[in-house]
Amino acid sequence: MVLGNRDFASVTDVVCAPVEAPKPPAIWYAVFGVSLTLLLMLFGLIGHLIWTGVGVWGNNVPVAWAWPIVNFVFWVGIGHAGTLISAILFLFRQHWRTGINRFAEAMTIFAVICAGLFPGIHIGRVWVAYWLFPIPNQMQMWPQFRSPLLWDVFAVSTYFTVSLLFWYLGLIPDLATLRDRAKTKTRQLIYGIFAMGWRGSARQWHRYERGYLLLAAFSTPLVLSVHSVVSFDFAVSQVPGWHTTIFPPYFVAGAIFSGFAMVVTLSIPARALYGLKDLITVRHLETMNKVILATGMMVGYAYSIEFFIAWYGGNPVERFAFVNRAFGPYAWAYWTMALCNVLSPQIFWFKKARRSIPVMFIVAIFVNIGMWFERFVIVITSLSRDYLPSSWAYFTPTWVDVCMFIGSFGLFFTLFLLFLRFLPAVAIAEVKNVLPQAHPKHHH
Amino acid sequence: MAHDHAEAEAKNYDELKLAGYLAEFDNVDDLVHACEKVRDAGYTKWDAHSPFPVHGIDDAMGIKMTILPWIVLGGGLTGLATAILMQWWMNAVDYPFLISGKPYWSIPASVPIYFELTVLLSAITTFVSVLALNWLPAFYHPLFRSERFKRATNDRFFIAIDDADPLFHKKRTKELLESLSKEPIEDVMDHVTRPPFPKEIIYTAVIAACATFIPLAIAARARYSTSTEPRIHLIWDMDYQPKYKTQRETHFFEDRRATRPQVKNTVATTDSVEMDQILFDTGRDPATGKPVTKVPVPTTELAALMARGQDRFQIFCTPCHGVAGDANGTVSNRAAALMTVGKATWVKKTYHDDAIRVQPVGEIFETITKGKATMPAYKGQIPARDRWAIAMYVKALQESQWSDKP
Repeated sequence: MVLGNRDFASVTDVVCAPVEAPKPPAIWYAVFGVSLTLLLMLFGLIGHLIWTGVGVWGNNVPVAWAWPIVNFVFWVGIGHAGTLISAILFLFRQHWRTGINRFAEAMTIFAVICAGLFPGIHIGRVWVAYWLFPIPNQMQMWPQFRSPLLWDVFAVSTYFTVSLLFWYLGLIPDLATLRDRAKTKTRQLIYGIFAMGWRGSARQWHRYERGYLLLAAFSTPLVLSVHSVVSFDFAVSQVPGWHTTIFPPYFVAGAIFSGFAMVVTLSIPARALYGLKDLITVRHLETMNKVILATGMMVGYAYSIEFFIAWYGGNPVERFAFVNRAFGPYAWAYWTMALCNVLSPQIFWFKKARRSIPVMFIVAIFVNIGMWFERFVIVITSLSRDYLPSSWAYFTPTWVDVCMFIGSFGLFFTLFLLFLRFLPAVAIAEVKNVLPQAHPKHHH
Repeated sequence: MAHDHAEAEAKNYDELKLAGYLAEFDNVDDLVHACEKVRDAGYTKWDAHSPFPVHGIDDAMGIKMTILPWIVLGGGLTGLATAILMQWWMNAVDYPFLISGKPYWSIPASVPIYFELTVLLSAITTFVSVLALNWLPAFYHPLFRSERFKRATNDRFFIAIDDADPLFHKKRTKELLESLSKEPIEDVMDHVTRPPFPKEIIYTAVIAACATFIPLAIAARARYSTSTEPRIHLIWDMDYQPKYKTQRETHFFEDRRATRPQVKNTVATTDSVEMDQILFDTGRDPATGKPVTKVPVPTTELAALMARGQDRFQIFCTPCHGVAGDANGTVSNRAAALMTVGKATWVKKTYHDDAIRVQPVGEIFETITKGKATMPAYKGQIPARDRWAIAMYVKALQESQWSDKP
């Protein structure tokens, strides 16, 4: 699980080195500069949107849920791998997770921030966004709890909060490590505040481990529920192409699929740049590729069963919706999705491909693209041609749509690079725990 | 004097006392072994420190299972109860509104929120309880004074025995630890008097806490006071938007009228039944714009309508117009009397004036509907059909006084 015959101190050293280096590598500055520029562009566009109104997007009847919701589902999906890795694999005692869980969790949190942004600005009048929450107000009105959109508010905000707590609880011992290694007063103070006085005492560890286990137990159903609730936004409605019972499991499988693809995409450059190849090994990557292959097949199965049910269900409107998906005006998007998501991971049947860095990087990128198109296909094709042929229209995004989506990557990577610079990218205490010398020999 | 006093105080904070012993170990086996010995010696106020949770150390130290899961269960149940009560109260009791015929209160539609709030409160309780049970945050601890202890979060293992332990003995405790650890035993030192918390931080916190009440106070004041000023309009929404009101001028159109006339060749969307309705409501023929001469009621109903007209006339009209329509009603007579002493201006109008006598029934109906001169409109008090009845009765009164029919 850990290569290079490491002892406890060398694990600490190798993880802390990039955080304690006086300067990050040049490539960090380059990527950070680009990300920050994109982030500023995003902020500018949000200002433009709020000032002018949602008309700056291409959203219009019949496609009133356009790119903002596509982007929301895309980012929420990516935000699934982190908690899945930290919670479900923890409960199944998959010790290989220790190398990747920390930054997968970070990725989750940043992806959920990107996701939450889009519905937040999609509501139009952002200054009344608090209407989403059951807050007593002068209108004496309450939210409508029978709506999947409100479930979504609770699901995503709960998921974000729990992921953040889980991540932070895991970080506390490592922050204490950074505090105790600090060379300057400022670092000692800042890491000290966030470490909250952690002393690594056995009595503290006892409660900490129990608490961590409990959080993992809560996160496990939570991670499965979030994308199920997101899928309710579609499945509970009557729109042909949305109104299907397969949506919750299909969305969850897709979320894990896209999340793992994003973890692979990010861990390849991160481990190379930060010298973490001994902690995030090819074995870790290979295991993730197996997960990508498995979930890719599930997604492919869902695509085909949707067509089967459309034919077998005998509903002409439903049947039209699916024929229209594959052969209508958005056929290009449908087949891009199918090629990226179903075909490209098939190469992972070969062990050589699973262990090849360039191959897995390309496949992961394909999967990221394919999963964005999956949400595009679901949202746009279903809405653009529903029950009323006189209202059919072809959706075209505006430059604001495109630049905001690109800008959301700026937000994601800015946060991610700051994380890599200031926080330990690998869970130090957990990795030490899987080293052979961590286990007492004469004790049982 | 004061200066000396301050110096003495400052010195006092530097004074240290023994707070316990710290033993260092370089591997897990020695640590666990040592823990068993310390446990067997009967110590209670002591702890082991390690960079990661050491497997089996709970038994070696005699740590009992934490009550954390029970606290978390309480948190989770609170979340569930909150979700149930909140949704029931908000959507079924306090603000019930119908959505797609769904019941106000049903279990299946509420389940997602039950789940989310249960998980949310469980997770928050877990996090807060782990910290609270561990007495964290604790930014000061005597162990933090030790340089060696910094490796407790890196690669070394420690046992610290607190001097508050009833078995603590300066010599015997040290000997016990010396027998277990290869490294020298360190004295853990603590302040005799802890330096006070920096005053600047306290003051800043108090001021900041007070400052948070300012917006609340402003909101409360605004709530319980009135003002002649218009409210502060931070967000305009669509309250002010470019638009024209009726009959305003615009430079956009050539005729400079904001109110646009009907487009030429506009086709009326109403049908003939509604045309009849217009006639019935106004007394005028919508095609010609002239008052009608016939009561728009089927002939077979005219006799009944005349009786109704007499009845209504005597209720609504006689106070002024008198029973025969010759302006001898009580009100009219009183007004005329007042005029003779200069207290009113009044003109008695009888139905039998030539100008009124020739009016078609539609015009009389219109007068009842809209009023005329000092006579108020009766549209609001008398239904249209009764007004037609009265108008017909008025025509009959006129006929009774003046008729060219033999």
